[in-house]
Amino acid sequence: MSHNAPYDVQAVRADFPVFEQSINGKPLAYLDSAASAQKPRQVIEAMSDFMRHDYANVHRGLHTLSMRSTDAYEAARARVARFLNAGEREIVFTKGATDAINLVAATFGRHVMAPGKAVMISAFEHHANIVPWQMLAQERGFELLVIPHDDAGVLDQDWYARMLSEKDVGLVAVAHVSNVLGTVNPVKAMIERAHEHDVPVLLDACQSVTHFSVDVKALDVDFLAFSAHKLYGPTGLGILYGKSKWLNAMPPYQGGGDMIDQVRFEGTTYAEPPLRFEAGTPAIIETVGLTAALDWVDQVGMDKIAEHEAALLAYATHKAEAFQGMQIIGQAPNKVSVLSFHFDDMHAHDLSTILDQFGVAVRAGHHCAQPLMERYGVTATARASFAAYSTFEEVDQLFDALALARDMLG
Amino acid sequence: MTAHNDTAAANLAEDRDAAQRAQSELVEEFAFFDDWTERYRHIIDMGKALPELEDNEKIDDNLVRGCQSQVWFVLEKDAEGRLMIRATSDAMIVKGLIAMLLRVYNGRLSQTIANTPPDFIEALGLQAHLSPTRNNGLLSMVKRLQAAAAAD
Repeated sequence: MSHNAPYDVQAVRADFPVFEQSINGKPLAYLDSAASAQKPRQVIEAMSDFMRHDYANVHRGLHTLSMRSTDAYEAARARVARFLNAGEREIVFTKGATDAINLVAATFGRHVMAPGKAVMISAFEHHANIVPWQMLAQERGFELLVIPHDDAGVLDQDWYARMLSEKDVGLVAVAHVSNVLGTVNPVKAMIERAHEHDVPVLLDACQSVTHFSVDVKALDVDFLAFSAHKLYGPTGLGILYGKSKWLNAMPPYQGGGDMIDQVRFEGTTYAEPPLRFEAGTPAIIETVGLTAALDWVDQVGMDKIAEHEAALLAYATHKAEAFQGMQIIGQAPNKVSVLSFHFDDMHAHDLSTILDQFGVAVRAGHHCAQPLMERYGVTATARASFAAYSTFEEVDQLFDALALARDMLG
Repeated sequence: MTAHNDTAAANLAEDRDAAQRAQSELVEEFAFFDDWTERYRHIIDMGKALPELEDNEKIDDNLVRGCQSQVWFVLEKDAEGRLMIRATSDAMIVKGLIAMLLRVYNGRLSQTIANTPPDFIEALGLQAHLSPTRNNGLLSMVKRLQAAAAAD
């Protein structure tokens, strides 16, 4: 694809073998990419080739395969560093984004947080960015502050600023983009404000790195977590970015192989970051898949993907506004990629069952954000989400299926 | 064997037959429908016909865990030891599934409920057509009935 060519979604889609099938006799309309993205053949083949030819454990042996694997693993770290504009030693591989957040809670959090202090999160966090802080707050006896938002899904920045001034905040941990509402938080300004009070900031970037370029240096963010599987890569692999000054000061997370310097029964010394935080055999094959995924995104062009997804969201939102009884949950001026919706007279689970018969995959439920559901007074919503391979025809298929559901349930 | 035991055995046999008959009737009913929309329309119609619970009965104590939608069961045994089931859900298709369960299990004796697996679910192809979580929901519902039937 040349630089100025229009976005050829069919060419992009052709990279994804999953679309070569029909579901219940209908073409697959996969509108659940915010839960997990499908995988291009480049990722599938890279992992498969690696297992066929180059695989062994890393950082262990001096034999050829071990060195090839170690090279591939460390090349993936360099590739992720380039993706985020970070230093290589600032990239920690984890089991997933949830694991990355738990790592920060267990090391940085346990080290820094004490009674009288507070961790500040927002009211639309994923459970993965709520529960680790709740558990730590119970253990260490500190306060959990929750930034409220308006009906559209925009965080209350005045409240945020006030709490930074009034409370002894040890860490701000917020979503870059809400997985339910699609709101893009003004994180650059939020980070600046936190830094005025010497408060570090962790971003849950699971739903942002998939939709636009994220530069950790430009943001000056302290920690950032995301998962490979939402970014066209494999499951079982997450990334924690941490500024060197924090990682160097943090104690280990888990104990085991690969994270040590010297082990003696009288006492063990630990490896430097990032290996200090990578106990045990890591997800080696998956890091090779992630490298391929990031190369694939680069080749298609993140800016072009963003433009395409914005057009899809605008089209879907336009259709939603005209659809009888459809309430859009999340109408922030700056939002990406997800359309969450609710009907007073049709349950999200009924919808998703009928939609599935029509080949349409959407998420129905509480989206791992039960407090948010409570905020909007609903128990479940349905969510359509878009990715690089999503098409306008899929949006049409969604609304055709919804019309049928309206006819069946109404 | 006493006359009393004979009557009880006859009652139980009749009860089991009725439960099996209800399952067969459901399967026959669905055999008329050609496509999935008709099948689901029928399930939805059964859901709509299901009597609602009172708001004060839709409480946490009556919630069936393991269902993705909200399902409430109000279970009582009458003097003969038959399980009287009233139930609902906030999702219409789930209400339809509940209505089917009621046709098979409502007013049945403990042993009948314990010894009548819900074969109609598979026979109707609902196992394949309903999402796994919802299937778990159905199984959770049956387990709840079996537990209530087994309790004194």
